[in-house]
Amino acid sequence: MNSPIIELKHITKSFSGVKALTDVSLTVHPGSVHALVGENGAGKSTLMKILTGAYSKSSGEIYYKGEKVENMDPKNSKKLGIHCIYQELNVANHLTVAENVFLGSQPVNKMGFIDWKQMNQAAKEIFASLQINLDPKQMAKDVSIAQKQMIEIARAISQDAKILIMDEPTSSLSERETEILLSLVTELKNKGVSILYISHRMDEIFKVCDTVTILRDGKYIKSLPMSEVKNVDTLVELMVNRKMESYFNKVDVPIGEPILKVQNLSKTGVLNDINFDLRTGEILGIAGLVGSGRTEIAQALFGMLKKDTGEILIDDKKVEIKGPSDAIKLGLGFVTENRKETGLVLKQTVRDNISLPNLRKYTNKLFINKTVEKKESEDYKKKLNIKARSIEQTISTLSGGNQQKAIISRWMIQEPRILILDEPCRGVDVGAKAEIFAQISKLAEQGVGIIMISSELAEIVGMSDRTIVMREGTIAGELEKDMITSDNILKLAFGGGISA
Amino acid sequence: MLKNNSTSIEISRNNKNIYWKNTLFVIFDKGSTTIGLALLFIIMSIITTDFLSVDNLVNVMRQSAVLCIMAVAMTFIIITGGIDLSAGSQLAVSGVAVSGLIAAGVPIPLAILITIIIGGLIGLFMGTVISTQNIPPFIVTLAMLTILSGIAFVYTEGTPIVVSNALFREIGRGFIGPIPTAIVIMIIVAIIGHLLLSHTRFGRYVYTIGDNEEAARLCGINVKLVKTGVYAFGGAIMAIAGIVLASRLSSGSPNAGTGSELDAIAAVVLGGTNLFGGEGKISGTLMGVAIISILNNGLNLLNVSSYNQLMIKGVVILLAVWLNSIKARRKASV
Ligand SMILES: Nc1ncnc2c1ncn2[C@@H]1O[C@H](COP(=O)(O)OP(=O)(O)OP(=O)(O)O)[C@@H](O)[C@H]1O
Ligand SMILES: [Mg+2]
Repeated sequence: MNSPIIELKHITKSFSGVKALTDVSLTVHPGSVHALVGENGAGKSTLMKILTGAYSKSSGEIYYKGEKVENMDPKNSKKLGIHCIYQELNVANHLTVAENVFLGSQPVNKMGFIDWKQMNQAAKEIFASLQINLDPKQMAKDVSIAQKQMIEIARAISQDAKILIMDEPTSSLSERETEILLSLVTELKNKGVSILYISHRMDEIFKVCDTVTILRDGKYIKSLPMSEVKNVDTLVELMVNRKMESYFNKVDVPIGEPILKVQNLSKTGVLNDINFDLRTGEILGIAGLVGSGRTEIAQALFGMLKKDTGEILIDDKKVEIKGPSDAIKLGLGFVTENRKETGLVLKQTVRDNISLPNLRKYTNKLFINKTVEKKESEDYKKKLNIKARSIEQTISTLSGGNQQKAIISRWMIQEPRILILDEPCRGVDVGAKAEIFAQISKLAEQGVGIIMISSELAEIVGMSDRTIVMREGTIAGELEKDMITSDNILKLAFGGGISA
Repeated sequence: MLKNNSTSIEISRNNKNIYWKNTLFVIFDKGSTTIGLALLFIIMSIITTDFLSVDNLVNVMRQSAVLCIMAVAMTFIIITGGIDLSAGSQLAVSGVAVSGLIAAGVPIPLAILITIIIGGLIGLFMGTVISTQNIPPFIVTLAMLTILSGIAFVYTEGTPIVVSNALFREIGRGFIGPIPTAIVIMIIVAIIGHLLLSHTRFGRYVYTIGDNEEAARLCGINVKLVKTGVYAFGGAIMAIAGIVLASRLSSGSPNAGTGSELDAIAAVVLGGTNLFGGEGKISGTLMGVAIISILNNGLNLLNVSSYNQLMIKGVVILLAVWLNSIKARRKASV
């Protein structure tokens, strides 16, 4: 076998005394795809940040092509061709798509000004080579989170990365975009790029990776070639150190009366004549490609997107939802798909983040009753197994999946009557996913109506009582019970018919 | 074998080094303002003869009252990610308002109440413009700086309104028991500020808006209302500062308070509040105020000319902001 391009040896990293990584080693060979797996908080992102120099290691060594790298700082690692697409995306919303692709390395003309023409052209070429359909001149704030992911990938490619780290690149992508991304990974690999691939979606790992390294609680468990891993279950077992019984803890509960009705909902260019209803105790899945209008339905319901026409009825009464506060008053809750931009309050603690929409509940007269507040946060930290030193830890220092769990707790405490979940398990590990689904199922049992948007077909199939499939802003079809299968969903999503 | 040993020693030494570095950093991180204040205190005690006396220290506190009241209001505003450049002019307006009212024969409590309401309305106006029209606070309050100053000059025709009322003078110069009244007012304002910020929903919303406005909105928080509320509250507090100042000077002058907004902002930033919003504490601000006040007092005792004082203060502020940014960077990569 060819000699390794990167070796991490005995890496240990502690944050104010608490160890996040203990004696972890990792060897990456050129032109291979190396998976890094482990539960939320296992230390995957931290290890990668040490490789890019974003974090300094507490001890251990890094070798590049057999030579020891003494000072791995961001500059050095860039020089070595190490490029990372972080879990929480870094896209400047007020710049154009092309500017974001060439962030920090914009082509300039003779005068030293940015050469817009060349930049847009170059961006276009990269997009074309990746089969990405994106307008370079568009403002980044107007593109979806999946497209932002594509911008980051294009950026890495424009910088000619030799070692590309992808930290959960598909967590916000739907099946089809995932396919594109995976074929891209293979293509890059064939060009000799080494890829470090982090994901909680096991099937992807089997599709593209050559080697896998498993971390658990900051410790190195083992590295082995994928050819030696039998199936998903063996891999999961290595990750969580126990047998996973079931992934979807769906309890079938009697479905009640319609609680929400959406009639003729339209918004030019986004949504076209949407009609559906939601009953108490029901989990309604919304599937479809990214950009098919799934998120927009949720946004319209929550007062974030102004509809052109159409009506929303709750308990058979017509309601006007002008903004999120109206929606919340009517008993809605909404876990958005982009936790960093629209969910997290990064400088605050886990407790602050969990209690944010629930403070009214904790307030008697004037002051917040912190004892009650703390207790409830503690409860949910336990319930969803949020890995944090304490509820007073700043949320920005939690691992991605654990941040997501905190956001979900926020809305569970709020006791909504209708809970909208947009990619609820984004970046959540398999074990925690089962935990979250169990909680969602429990809510349904209590009579909450649940709308679940997800790009992972398995989640839709496993959890929903009924599924709406979106295509280009319209409802392409509705599936019930046994008809909810991956095949049927895909057919509808791509515009085919289904046979009953 | 031998080689192995030496590397492990190397690693442990390395670890120890990092351990010390981290510990030092934690101390520095948690207490840089306190350390700065203590150092300043010690230095001033040594290099001046008069600094360390009860009389002088009470004097420092009394003189810091106005700044402190302003800084409490400024802390709220800066935590939301805003700024109030018109604070000095608000001081002038409320000073001439309260003096004018008293001169016109309005009873003192009523005059004070009306002035505080005027202050609140000024803040309400600014807050409304900022939150509904999406104009940056910097611009709105900069415009208000000149508008309000103009109003104060027009109203007084440029000459201070002298208040000879002895009762009114008590606010800025009198005592409640052994404690100067101004200090009592300052403490009350600081306590109210702290309670609001740390123990109420309003306070929590202030932080949230300064950190992630969109997340705040999605959690049902009326962002515009909270922002407007912060400026209205700020305006009322600034008016109190203006009243205390007018009382100390026994007059309402359109020049009073000019430039004091910069001291207030400096105190807030020295106290560790993030200029970009989302972070800060009243306790920090109090320390920031103490630093600025001791610096002012000490430099006066040392007979440093006022221009040189300005330069020295500027350097101190720059230093503080620089240290803060190092801390932030350090935090991001520990
Ligand atoms: N800046 C920090 N300060 C303190 N603790 C941190 C910091 N960054 C990470 N941690 C802790 O280190 C541990 C590992 O986090 P990391 O983000 O590497 O997990 P991960 O494996 O990427 O998880 P996920 O799958 O959820 O993304 C977590 O317990 C986390 O709380
Ligand atoms: Mg991670």
